Amino acid sequence: MVPLAHILALSVILFGLGAAGFVFRRNIITIFMCIELMLNAVNLAFIGFSRYLGNLDGQIFAFFVIVVAAAEAAVGLAIIIAVYRNRGSLSIDDFDSMKL
Amino acid sequence: MITVQADDLVRILPQAILAGFAILVMVFEPFLPAARKTLLGWFSLFGVVAAGAATIRTSFSPGLAFGNSISADRFSLFFICLFLLVAALTLLGSFHSLERENINHGEFYALLLMATVGMCFMAASTELIMIFLGLEISSLATYVLAGFKRQDALSNEASLKYFLLGSFATAFFLYGIAVVYGLTGTTNLLVLSAQLGRSGEFRPGAVFAWVALLLMFVGLAFKVSTVPFHVWTPDVYQGAPAPVTAFLSVGPKAAAFAVLLRIFLGAFASAGSGVFWVFWASAILTMCLGNLAALLQSNVKRLLAYSAIAHAGYVLVGIAAGRGEGTAPVLFYLTVYALMNVGAFLLVAHLAGTGERWTRIEDFTGLGYQRPAVAACLAAFMLSLAGFPTTAGFFAKFYIFRAAVHSGLIGLTIVAVLTSVVSVYYYFRLIVVMYMREGKAEAASASLPWALRVALAISVVGIFYLGLYPTDFLLLTNLAAVPLP
Amino acid sequence: MEVLLLLILLPPLAGAVLNGIFGRRFPQAVVSAVACTAPGLSLFFALLTAWTFAHLPTEPAPYVHSYFTWIEAGAFRADFALYYDRLTLVMTVAVTLVSFLIHLYSRGYMEQEGGYYRFFAYLNLFLFMMLTLVTAANYPLMFVGWEGVGLCSYLLIGFYFPRKSASDAGKKAFIVTRIGDVGFTLGVVLLFWTFGSVDFQYVFTRLEALPPGDLQGSLTAVGILLFLGAVGKSAQLPLYVWLPDAMEGPTPVSALIHAATMVTAGVYMVARSHALYAHAPLALEIVAVTGCVTAFFAATIALAQNDLKRLLAYSTISQLGYMFVGCGVGLFSAGNFHLMTHAFFKSLLFLAAGSVMHALSGELDLRKMGGLRHQMRTTWLTFLVATLAISGVPGLSGFFSKDAILAGAREGPLGDPRLYWLATVTAGLTAFYMFRALFMAFHGASRVQPALEPHVHESGGKMTRPLLVLAFFSVVAGYVSLPKALGGGEWFHHYLQPVFASSQALLSSTAAPAAGHAPSRLAVMGTSVLFAGAGFLLAYLGYVKFTGLPSRLTECFRGTYQLLVNKYYVDEVYDWLIVRPLRRGSEIFLWRIVDAGAIDGLLVNGSAQATASAGNLLRRMQSGNLRSYATWVLLGAVLWLGYILLR
Repeated sequence: MVPLAHILALSVILFGLGAAGFVFRRNIITIFMCIELMLNAVNLAFIGFSRYLGNLDGQIFAFFVIVVAAAEAAVGLAIIIAVYRNRGSLSIDDFDSMKL
Repeated sequence: MITVQADDLVRILPQAILAGFAILVMVFEPFLPAARKTLLGWFSLFGVVAAGAATIRTSFSPGLAFGNSISADRFSLFFICLFLLVAALTLLGSFHSLERENINHGEFYALLLMATVGMCFMAASTELIMIFLGLEISSLATYVLAGFKRQDALSNEASLKYFLLGSFATAFFLYGIAVVYGLTGTTNLLVLSAQLGRSGEFRPGAVFAWVALLLMFVGLAFKVSTVPFHVWTPDVYQGAPAPVTAFLSVGPKAAAFAVLLRIFLGAFASAGSGVFWVFWASAILTMCLGNLAALLQSNVKRLLAYSAIAHAGYVLVGIAAGRGEGTAPVLFYLTVYALMNVGAFLLVAHLAGTGERWTRIEDFTGLGYQRPAVAACLAAFMLSLAGFPTTAGFFAKFYIFRAAVHSGLIGLTIVAVLTSVVSVYYYFRLIVVMYMREGKAEAASASLPWALRVALAISVVGIFYLGLYPTDFLLLTNLAAVPLP
Repeated sequence: MEVLLLLILLPPLAGAVLNGIFGRRFPQAVVSAVACTAPGLSLFFALLTAWTFAHLPTEPAPYVHSYFTWIEAGAFRADFALYYDRLTLVMTVAVTLVSFLIHLYSRGYMEQEGGYYRFFAYLNLFLFMMLTLVTAANYPLMFVGWEGVGLCSYLLIGFYFPRKSASDAGKKAFIVTRIGDVGFTLGVVLLFWTFGSVDFQYVFTRLEALPPGDLQGSLTAVGILLFLGAVGKSAQLPLYVWLPDAMEGPTPVSALIHAATMVTAGVYMVARSHALYAHAPLALEIVAVTGCVTAFFAATIALAQNDLKRLLAYSTISQLGYMFVGCGVGLFSAGNFHLMTHAFFKSLLFLAAGSVMHALSGELDLRKMGGLRHQMRTTWLTFLVATLAISGVPGLSGFFSKDAILAGAREGPLGDPRLYWLATVTAGLTAFYMFRALFMAFHGASRVQPALEPHVHESGGKMTRPLLVLAFFSVVAGYVSLPKALGGGEWFHHYLQPVFASSQALLSSTAAPAAGHAPSRLAVMGTSVLFAGAGFLLAYLGYVKFTGLPSRLTECFRGTYQLLVNKYYVDEVYDWLIVRPLRRGSEIFLWRIVDAGAIDGLLVNGSAQATASAGNLLRRMQSGNLRSYATWVLLGAVLWLGYILLR
């Protein structure tokens, strides 16, 4: 059995990678994928804890998160398509028309 | 084994009615010709009123529902009423401006109702996962609302930024929940507070508990826009259609504060005291930065956005004051803030004209002479936001500061008072251009539609009622503050 | 009684609401009828209340009535309650009388101006706020009136808003008095902490029962903080800078708000809080010294002013200083006596100046007047009466009230010879600058611009009649308190005695007796008359007899003269000492240090021009770029988490 610490370490690393990707990547789709990565890191933590505590709640939570993430993906992709139609660009650096 | 009983349903009756109306709006939407979509708006308003009536029914059978994950107590009912008020004001103010912007689609009303449902669940849940679901329901709806002017580049951009950063912050909140679960094996706030009440603090190590609390704080701080998690606020408020901004600046913020109160002053009131400095520090940063940045704005919507940030700072002062002192003043402040901010944004939205062209401060020059009544309303909102005596804004600040002083937060109170003195300057700038400069106000075109008049009348009367006679309402907030777990 | 009290307050409010909402559609005659009826009714009810009060069985004891609970929060409670005693009586009658006359005068003065209805709506609102201030029964309600008069004054100063100087002056007045208001607020909070109440009756009763010396520290702090509010509102050193600029407003406003009523609110507040100051002699001393130094300082500036209204403004500051001396030495009744007489003669001076302005199409420069007495006999006569009164010529009101203060500075519980001498010298200066103004404007050869010469005329009856009434009061108001030395009964002093008795007794018992032998009352009078006479003589010699003399003198004392003309460069010093270093400091900090840092790469293109440099950091934070926003969110999270983990 994989020890909890390993699972948590992986989860933290994935979460960090997602956050770093969010900051450093330029393509909007990639940024969006980074968010999914972060959410899945949380799922991993939930499931790891669930196994460690021997209680099923965590796994149910993971399902909730997956459902929410799916809804988020639907809305998010719709927004991204609307943005792309208007600007013809998917580089996040092009979207800074409002400042200060 | 959880069985659903009649009482359970009664305890989520307002949310259920709102959700039902949202679905019905979507069902009716294709059958209505484009010119008559406003009917859906009135239908939604009716739904909001019906939900308001339902809260009365709910208040007769308070208690827990759905396996202790929903609590219909005075606290949650207070917030539900506040959200319904905000939704009703926004609806009244949006009919005309949606038609003007040519975006009068039924989805707007459905999304607004769904966002309200989400907020109601946030305030009523005693289960972290349920809170997360409420947060997501309201967020997903508001992401779309922010970008509701689909052809408009700024609206798009606002929506994109709000969506990406919002999801980013939510991930932190979720991770916080995961850590709480890992430490205690439960995510139910009632169970948690019972466990913590026995042992006084987390057994495996307080540091991880604090980490969990801070992660949750980050997610909620994003919604209430405290520094440095406020960065999205000005852009989104500026880009989103103005009625949506009115809603955004009040609804989700109040909902997130409700959750903050439940978590930090409720379940974790004693165990979480190790992280209370975060409220203190956030309050100072938020008040200073919000007020300073507002001084530099030339766009009224952005000015109000920074003012909204600053006001979040004052509410944080109330939370920092702690459980016994702070809760009721925070409830009072949020209500007053809702009245004045929704009013101000709706009025600005209307004055901005088609395509929201006139949003610079100079566009309001001389408005006091061309449209005395309109200008007087706007001046009343500004005075209240500035915290002038005889308006509700004064007492809102006063109660917060008093609570802070009672809790011994003298330094924080001094900063709060000083920054609120600074804030007078930028609110008065608007009054000055309206009354003290000659000019042809660009923003004076159309006459006020009567639905908007009703919304403004409610806000103005509310501001002065609470400003002249705050006692009764204060007692109400005191009652609502009691049942925190 | 309780209904009557409310009836004093309500007419101006009704007038303000009526004119504010419907005024635009009313013809001028209706607007002015509404506007003038309001203070008239208030005056009537004020007199009626005074009569009723005099016949109450409890008479000298204050009458308090609470109408409803206004704020209630835990232990903190403030009612909408009114407080009426002999001091209130004097204030309400004086305020409503003067403002009634000024309203009448404004009918004529504002005839040709735009925004007629707006002007009267503000003026009525002001009166309502002022009456709230003087009848309030607790500090929070007083604060509402206090802020309210400030707001109205701000609106009225900026009345000619198209002129940039006018709206700037309004802003300045608002910001400067706000500094004082912070002091006032803190004082009230501290008072609440000390006594658990902010109600006058409760606090004063507690204070009277308090053994002397108890709670000295916090009471002194409260006294000083409240006085800071008075310093702002009553334009004392160092916050006086807003009042001269406030002369940008219409002249009736200067007369009503910036001479007769609002600026005296500070004096009233100190007198009202007499029980508190009696326990805080140190605070009282600060009041006296500030008042005395301000009186002298402002009088010297007035010496060299050529703008008639500004000269009167500095004179007001100086006279307010006198009132604070009166209160500060423990003779609160003397301070209030001068407050009342000053209200009459100073508003008369302003209204007469307004009449001159009217005749000369707005000209205010004394050097471009002269010889006006031939064309404007009534204005000249009334101005003369007021000048005589303010200079302290025996027989007129100013003489008696000023004498009461001077005598108090010598003999009062906290009197001090240094205060006395400085105040006496100031009396001489006052006579000089007032007669100088009189001579330059009304006597000698005409220096009026030729183009205006044919238009010079006496103002209409609407304006001159109130002048005559005020002149009457300026003469006789003093006789209500004829000093004992002249065979009088000091009736006014005795009338207010029940109000202040306890405080005065306490002060006399605790304060060290004034050093040295106090001169007799007649000697005090003689000295002040001597100084006033010297001032008059100098002005006469310089501006009537040998008109060349002053210019030669200013040549000789060029430096001093420049200093005075430029008002000691106080505005410049404030700019130089406070405004500029702030600006420079932030520029250096933000441009050199923050800008040179390595943030440039990530936070792109803030904006080139920094209008306010403090905003630069914010501008960089809000670059519009999502990735930099995410960085801030991440930074915030890491910062909060890092603090807890590494602690």
